Amino acid sequence: MNSSNSILRTQRMGPLLVLWLAGCLSGTWAVDRGNFKTCDQSAFCKRQRALKPGQSPYRALLETLELTNTKLTLQLINDNNKVRLLLELYRLQGNMTRVKINELKPLKPRFEVPDVLINDPPTEPLSLLSRDENGVVLSLGADSQRLIVSAKPFRLDIMEGREVLLSLNSRGLLAFEHLRIRKDTLLCNYFHLSPLLFLPSLKAKEDEKVEDGMWEETFKSHTDSKPNGPSSISLDFSLPGVENVYGIPEHADSLKLKATDGGDPYRLFNLDVFQYEVFNPMALYGAIPVMLSHSAQRTMGIFWLNAAETWVDISSNTAGKTVFGQMLDYVQGSSETPQTDVRWISESGIIDVFIMLGPTPTDVFSQYASLTGTQAFPPLSALAYHQCRWNYNDQEDVAAVDQGFDDHDIPYDFIWLDIEHTDGKRYFTWDPHKFPQPKDMLQGLLDKRRKMVTIVDPHIKVDSSYKIHNEIRSKGFYVKSKDGGDYEGWCWPGNSGYPDFTNPEMRAWWASMFAYDQYEGSMENMYTWNDMNEPSVFNGPEVTMHKDALHGNWENRDLHNLYGLYVQRATAEGLIERSGGVERPFVLARAFFAGSQRYGAVWTGDNAAEWEHLKISIPMCLSLGLVGVSFCGADVGGFFKSPSTELLVRWYQTGAYQPFFRAHAHLDTPRREPWLFGPENTALIREAVRQRYALLPYWYQLFYHAHHSGQPVMRPLWVEYPQDTATFSMDDQFLLGRDLLVHPVTEEGARGVTAYLPGKGEVWFDVHTFQKHNGAQNLYIPVTISSIPVFQRGGSIISRKARVRRSSSCMEHDPYTLFVALSPKRFAQGELYIDDGHTFNFDKQKQFIHRRFSFANNALSSRNLAPGSQFTTFSWVEKIVILGASKPSKATLKTPDGKESQLEFEFDASMSVLTLRKPGVNAGLDWTVVLQ
Amino acid sequence: MDFNLAGVHWLSDLLLCTQPLPVPTIPTERQFYEENKPFTCLDGSSTIPFDRVNDDYCDCRDGSDEPGTAACPNGSFHCTNAGFRPTFIPSSRINDGICDCCDTTDEYNSGATCQNTCREMGRKERESLQIMAEITKEGFLLKQQLIHEAKRGQEDKQGKLTELQGSKKGLEEKVEALRTVKETAEDPEKEAKERHLKAWEELIRMEKDKTRMAEAFLELDDDADGYVSVAELQSHLELDPDSDGSLSETETQGLLGGADKVDTSTFETVWSGIKDKYLSETLPLFFFIRYIYRLCPFNRVSQKPKFGGSETNLGLWGQWAGPEDNLYSVMKYDHGQGCWQGPNRSTTVKLTCGKETVVTSTSEPSRCEYLMEFTTPAVCQEPASLDEVLHGHTEL
Repeated sequence: MNSSNSILRTQRMGPLLVLWLAGCLSGTWAVDRGNFKTCDQSAFCKRQRALKPGQSPYRALLETLELTNTKLTLQLINDNNKVRLLLELYRLQGNMTRVKINELKPLKPRFEVPDVLINDPPTEPLSLLSRDENGVVLSLGADSQRLIVSAKPFRLDIMEGREVLLSLNSRGLLAFEHLRIRKDTLLCNYFHLSPLLFLPSLKAKEDEKVEDGMWEETFKSHTDSKPNGPSSISLDFSLPGVENVYGIPEHADSLKLKATDGGDPYRLFNLDVFQYEVFNPMALYGAIPVMLSHSAQRTMGIFWLNAAETWVDISSNTAGKTVFGQMLDYVQGSSETPQTDVRWISESGIIDVFIMLGPTPTDVFSQYASLTGTQAFPPLSALAYHQCRWNYNDQEDVAAVDQGFDDHDIPYDFIWLDIEHTDGKRYFTWDPHKFPQPKDMLQGLLDKRRKMVTIVDPHIKVDSSYKIHNEIRSKGFYVKSKDGGDYEGWCWPGNSGYPDFTNPEMRAWWASMFAYDQYEGSMENMYTWNDMNEPSVFNGPEVTMHKDALHGNWENRDLHNLYGLYVQRATAEGLIERSGGVERPFVLARAFFAGSQRYGAVWTGDNAAEWEHLKISIPMCLSLGLVGVSFCGADVGGFFKSPSTELLVRWYQTGAYQPFFRAHAHLDTPRREPWLFGPENTALIREAVRQRYALLPYWYQLFYHAHHSGQPVMRPLWVEYPQDTATFSMDDQFLLGRDLLVHPVTEEGARGVTAYLPGKGEVWFDVHTFQKHNGAQNLYIPVTISSIPVFQRGGSIISRKARVRRSSSCMEHDPYTLFVALSPKRFAQGELYIDDGHTFNFDKQKQFIHRRFSFANNALSSRNLAPGSQFTTFSWVEKIVILGASKPSKATLKTPDGKESQLEFEFDASMSVLTLRKPGVNAGLDWTVVLQ
Repeated sequence: MDFNLAGVHWLSDLLLCTQPLPVPTIPTERQFYEENKPFTCLDGSSTIPFDRVNDDYCDCRDGSDEPGTAACPNGSFHCTNAGFRPTFIPSSRINDGICDCCDTTDEYNSGATCQNTCREMGRKERESLQIMAEITKEGFLLKQQLIHEAKRGQEDKQGKLTELQGSKKGLEEKVEALRTVKETAEDPEKEAKERHLKAWEELIRMEKDKTRMAEAFLELDDDADGYVSVAELQSHLELDPDSDGSLSETETQGLLGGADKVDTSTFETVWSGIKDKYLSETLPLFFFIRYIYRLCPFNRVSQKPKFGGSETNLGLWGQWAGPEDNLYSVMKYDHGQGCWQGPNRSTTVKLTCGKETVVTSTSEPSRCEYLMEFTTPAVCQEPASLDEVLHGHTEL
């Protein structure tokens, strides 16, 4: 839904918002940049960015080096102020290095991010190779990898053979603002507390100057009290040989990150940005501080585990060069190798960074998954189509929309209710007039094997007649303001409290609120949407929570970006608990952090009905996929404004091939259910949605893999073609798994697109026409409004269910059609994953089917990939379509009982398509089809 | 486990392939499905052995070989629905676990337990058709009456006009002559009696009028403060003295006798000035939960919060907007008050045949786009005979 926007409905929001909005009303349609900080307006970013490279004051005190089985520790000293830091180095299993830097003796503990890593990452021993007064050399085990610690200035280099893979503090931008005592009136108070503790450190820091913004900072009308003073940290990374970096979502920007010299750094700070613009580095709703570097030789990752406001600067020695300049380098044999330099700056906490050494993209995904976990495996139906709108007005409206889908024979699985369904924006309640009988409504959907999502936002109406509020208040579960009272801010319900989701007791209580007897009117086919979980505070600084608000002992400043993750986690746990641990949850959230993938889906927030926003949905979801969050989508049609019919159709066609497929619209826009644009457009949208449903077996299999091994569902081409430089900065097409290449049409009035088909010596088959194309070429494809280009890789086997029904549940027992796309060497491979589609039994009781299909030597066979598992399916193999085939004389089906039968077939010589009629074998069985 | 799976295979084969499946029950098509003879797809695209009809595999491009299974993406399934109305459903709804045909024939292998509801549905439909037919009949009679009355009224008036014009002159002369006679010849006693009767009738009329006035006062007093204010009265455009389409504050004040607001006692004097218009021009109001919606046909639609607040224009009369074959079934009112970042408010009014002229529901399906359902005899069509209606829809 909805951001600060509908603030517009001022009548309901009170006079305060009227004033706040006055600015928006006069402006044009775009983000009001003035509401959000630039680096210059964020005191710590400004201070940090003012540091010049090459002047690092840090020196490693080699005499303090200690090496144990699990780690190396070493003190660093800042020669300017004599403050000592403690460096911890870990070699982690799976080719990763962890670098932790904290103050040796901080005034008080600094925040270390909890609950993101799935466990204490297992270590492997480091061994000391050599040591002298300039530094030490450690072995990282495999591949002659070494870690070099240089003493003065302090610097770390990770090398493989003679090659430097990555350097830390090579530009000398390590900066660690130690906690200090305020040198004004407040000093006495500190001494009063514990003078002895502070005396020694105080002495060392007498020379330090106090700058503006260190102890207090004002932005617009908001003052941040900063009781702990300056606490920011920074570190630089150099990546020799690297020209391409990706990740650090969420930004509405190109997939390949841009150099930030001369502009603002990329910002990571979860914010509710009203009407965001595309192609800029401003912060959005979520933050995942993970960056991937990629070159034709190697892929690596940097995971900066810090939940405070963070800025990332990127510079590249090739970024500024023109093509001519690069050519000149080439001709003249310039010795300069490309290099990308990255610098991370965070407002508080410690430096805790995981260097994932790859070397392949797949390795990096596995490495990151081993740290933060994998994508939650969604219920199958959540991968189907979702129909949302702010708002479906009442039960009759819901029934009418549901019927509309049947009347127009368009499948859908979920209908969504936005904030207006509640009783005065009191979540967990229903508007008694509009939704007097929620269970009747849910039963009506259940009867059609469909589901519903209701919104539950984390701001709670301050209202003494509201049970949820009273309980949170009486249990002391609200976030506190700096003065110790319950923090309050404005959001949809008016004055609201914000539950402290960082508190495990609070989360447990919140989860219990989803029990069927607590959430009145809820049923097992009702799931949850957490919006506004940045959190959004309409009258807060930058529309979010004050940084000096308190979560227990910690300031919001320390953990801001983590709040949204906790909200989604508590909700997902609630949905699991209400089913007694049996059912998989489905929760959509707008704000997220590293690890959020474990709890559900995310979407790209309040986009707009513009072609640019359709385009940007591709790199935005690709970026998220690279850093673990596969279940990503953008509001189909665009949230704000009203799409042209062509844009809407194109968006459906694109959304059908993106992981989270949901149409959504703003309250103020005209209705746009798929059948409201005339029969021709209804048919186009129906076809797009049907393509999605037919492909659900493949989607489900991809999500199983994402859950199992952390491989992204939606992938940039370079992930599968890491050496193909043509793919490195592609924003307009993507792969689903390895085997489907999608090139959405994102230009108005397009009559053709140029798709790039990768892979020298490979072939691709148009899934609509079965026409074969060679890889490693730019292919111009004429397009009509009827579909977007999608290709299946030669060498792959994809399962579809051709019988599209009104919801995915209705298709459960339907048979499969296998599409076997042969490689030039007449080979193909694929998989099929089947389980009950909604419980954890696949995991707890190994109740699933996982098959491997292989086509080789003119025989197609199905064998079991998971012998330890068991599950029975009613589904069978209805049809086998072999693309790139030649005409056989006969096709024989062999089953393990020794039976053989002849299959009838059709052969289309013009397209070389062989269709085998009705093998009829159960999809869970072994079988072979031999072509002669 | 293998044994089980094999069992499942066998089971599904049995269920899917060997159970006798419904063959089309439409008499005109049944002839094409002749057992033991090769079947030619209804589009003529190919001919297949008969055992491939309903074998749960789609052989015909038009889906005609699988009238009883879900195998063809474009197929349709015929529900006989004895006792109700036969229908076609997309074949994707066969065995999807959801009862679509009231005779349960679509769910023959899904495990769904469906009840045959055809009889009940048939009964209900007949009832509602009967009610509809009665409404239509009565509505149509009312409509004819309206037309008749309008016609007669017009003729009468025309005739009277001519007649009156003719006799006017003569009468004028007579009047003058008689006046003097009358004045002297009046019987004073009779006069007294008549006066008494008149006074009595006047008293009854005034009592009735007082009741109406009290009702009107309550209706007008939106904020229930015991006063009718200028703002509250201003929404009643029908009271506009100069009929220029707007009721200015001054005009309204004029109606209120120069006051900003009037209490019940002062309202008496106001009432006499507005009652004729107020009564004749106001249609029955439809009370919604939060708003009062007002439809003045061919003029405007407006919305007013039930408890105070000013009126919002939801659209001015635009045009007839029904489908080609029934243009006068939908009215469109547009160019209402603008919405923030959105369109001007507009209202679609759907007219259906009914005995009364009344707004039956109001909703806002999309922000600032309103929908009203409006029944009136004026749109009733000449009904087919009830027997015909019932017969045409039932197959028993």
